[in-house]
Amino acid sequence: MEEILLSHGSGGKLTQNLIDEIFIKELDNEILRSKNDAAILDLEGERLAFTTDSFVINPIFFPGGNIGELAVCGTVNDLATSGAIPKYLSLSLIIEEGLPITELKQVIKSVSETAKKAGVKIVTGDTKVVAKGEADKLYINTTGVGSLSTKLNISADRAKPGDMILVNGNLGEHGIAVLSERKGLEFETIVKSDTAPLSGLVSDILEVTDQVKVLRDPTRGGLATTLNEIAEASQVGIKLQEDKLPISETVEAASQMLGLDPLYLANEGKLIVIVPEEEVEDVLEAMQKSEYGVKSAIIGQVTADEPGRVVLENNFGASRVLDMLTGEMLPRIC
Amino acid sequence: MQVLKKYRNPELIKPMLNEISELSQKLDEELKLMEVCGTHTMAISKYGLRSLLPKNIKLLSGPGCPVCVTSQQEIDEMIALSKMPEVIVTTFGDMIKVPGSNSSLEKEKSRGADIRIVYSPLAAVEIAKENPEKIVVFLAVGFETTIPVIAAALEEAIEEGIDNFKLFVAHKLIPPALEALLNDNEVKIDGLICPGHVSIMIGSKAYEEVVNRYDLPAIVAGFEPLDILDGVKGALKQKVEAQVEVEDKVKAKVENRYGRVVKDEGNQIAQDLIRRLYQVVDTAWRGIGIIPNSGLELRDEYAEYEIRNVIDLDVGDSNEPQGCSCGEILKGIKLPYDCQLFGDVCNPQHPVGPCMVSSEGSCAAYYKYDRR
Repeated sequence: MEEILLSHGSGGKLTQNLIDEIFIKELDNEILRSKNDAAILDLEGERLAFTTDSFVINPIFFPGGNIGELAVCGTVNDLATSGAIPKYLSLSLIIEEGLPITELKQVIKSVSETAKKAGVKIVTGDTKVVAKGEADKLYINTTGVGSLSTKLNISADRAKPGDMILVNGNLGEHGIAVLSERKGLEFETIVKSDTAPLSGLVSDILEVTDQVKVLRDPTRGGLATTLNEIAEASQVGIKLQEDKLPISETVEAASQMLGLDPLYLANEGKLIVIVPEEEVEDVLEAMQKSEYGVKSAIIGQVTADEPGRVVLENNFGASRVLDMLTGEMLPRIC
Repeated sequence: MQVLKKYRNPELIKPMLNEISELSQKLDEELKLMEVCGTHTMAISKYGLRSLLPKNIKLLSGPGCPVCVTSQQEIDEMIALSKMPEVIVTTFGDMIKVPGSNSSLEKEKSRGADIRIVYSPLAAVEIAKENPEKIVVFLAVGFETTIPVIAAALEEAIEEGIDNFKLFVAHKLIPPALEALLNDNEVKIDGLICPGHVSIMIGSKAYEEVVNRYDLPAIVAGFEPLDILDGVKGALKQKVEAQVEVEDKVKAKVENRYGRVVKDEGNQIAQDLIRRLYQVVDTAWRGIGIIPNSGLELRDEYAEYEIRNVIDLDVGDSNEPQGCSCGEILKGIKLPYDCQLFGDVCNPQHPVGPCMVSSEGSCAAYYKYDRR
């Protein structure tokens, strides 16, 4: 008998299998099939982006953020990566009996502040309370809609050989910040989660070009997994330059200590941008001027070789495959 | 990390590769080096080093992945243990996905078994303290690197009187395994790249006996690209020198090229700690069989802390899965590509053998970074 394992929720290969073999198989339609972070809907001539996301993070408070801020950013970012301007969000809470009201207040305060920053309104919601032990403190679901210009065509399947790949800053910080607070693993770190709404950065990019091919936020599974999804969807190869990848020394050191790879660690305020080569300098400049894009960098290029595969080239001339995350990353043994 | 950057610096790596290339032209025949340690295998794959070496230098992975050499019997026993309601199993993450005959710890966890991944055995002692009504077992898998840390945790549990903390001791020792490999006629190795981490504990002198008996170079190396290439260069140089001076043949030797952390004598405190708690026994290695004096068990006065002395885990006879070449891969006879199961049947989502799931397993390294 096959059962659901934690790895089915890691955002990697097993999650893909669930999506393909159960969800798409049973629920198939042309919008779902496009497998983008947000569905693009045509409502009587108006284009809307529509998405939903649930947040079950443990612990609910972590260096640089909390579950409330995350719940707004997650959904806002899924809308923004379709090129939409996020407008309205719903907020549903599943609360475990015994949660201190002060903690709930703190979370909702963050929701409010983050929504303001992202320019969205929370317009509907729901609350359920379950008995102690039947949930872990607090789970949040947010659903969001945004409006989308008809000029844009941004989708994971649009990368073409020659296109350039950019990212807006240091990778893996959310993953390390959350791990540092996790029970049994507490370690001191100055790394803070990168949780941030990306709607502003996206509109700054769209101001200099309407030729953006792909926007994705590399959350669970990290940069490596998201780039694999893009390579697969667009049927192209992707070649990255290892020394161009922005990774802070603290994240690098913590990853080594824990036996993790920063390229697979979750981010909550990162954006992968794929644009035609002739647009890349303008886009880089626009990104570096934006609040959440100061450390933006060009990290690689789309190629015609080995469709579906991501390859990492290091600075002494060797290259290796950068695979999808298969299962949860686990601590090493020696 | 600035320190480590030096060991990945292309300005240093490229000249090193040139030196290796020049030296390799003097080789009479192909040079087969075994990187004993799984962490080396991973690093070699991760940095793409195999593709940068001359064609007549082959790197083969060895038995240095603790999860990979744990016997099927022991894996099945660990799984059986996790199903007992009175037991909390604590483990390093690597063991979680290892396939047993019918299940894995990961599957038992999803069915409700209380299995907890810890980063340190001390965390397991804490769990025992917090759950006095349960038996908390730590799966003590690992080589000389890990043994002292676990031994220290056990000493602490004993001192604090935490009697519900137990170990499942499945430790293995590296030098006896090397000896057994080199005794095996099927195994053809011309030199050893010795494990940096293990050597911190046992010291580079620990390889002298093997080197003298089998007359092959053994180089203790670190884990950064420059370290590993430096290790290859060391072995290559010895080999080339040995073949030139035919009449007064130069003897092979141990070289410690990881001197920034490894001492010739190793870590005496750690070695004393191991001797205090454990005695050496024969033990079975997956795919290799029983190797004399290559395992540990708790000394008689601490026997009550071995879970198998407390609970009877009768799992019958366990057989290694059919078609799995883990054994030959651990011995450097086959490459992961040579296994008929590699890739299609056996992959990280559906592992047949532990080499495919451990973060130091050869098959996992080749699948992750070197897939053809």
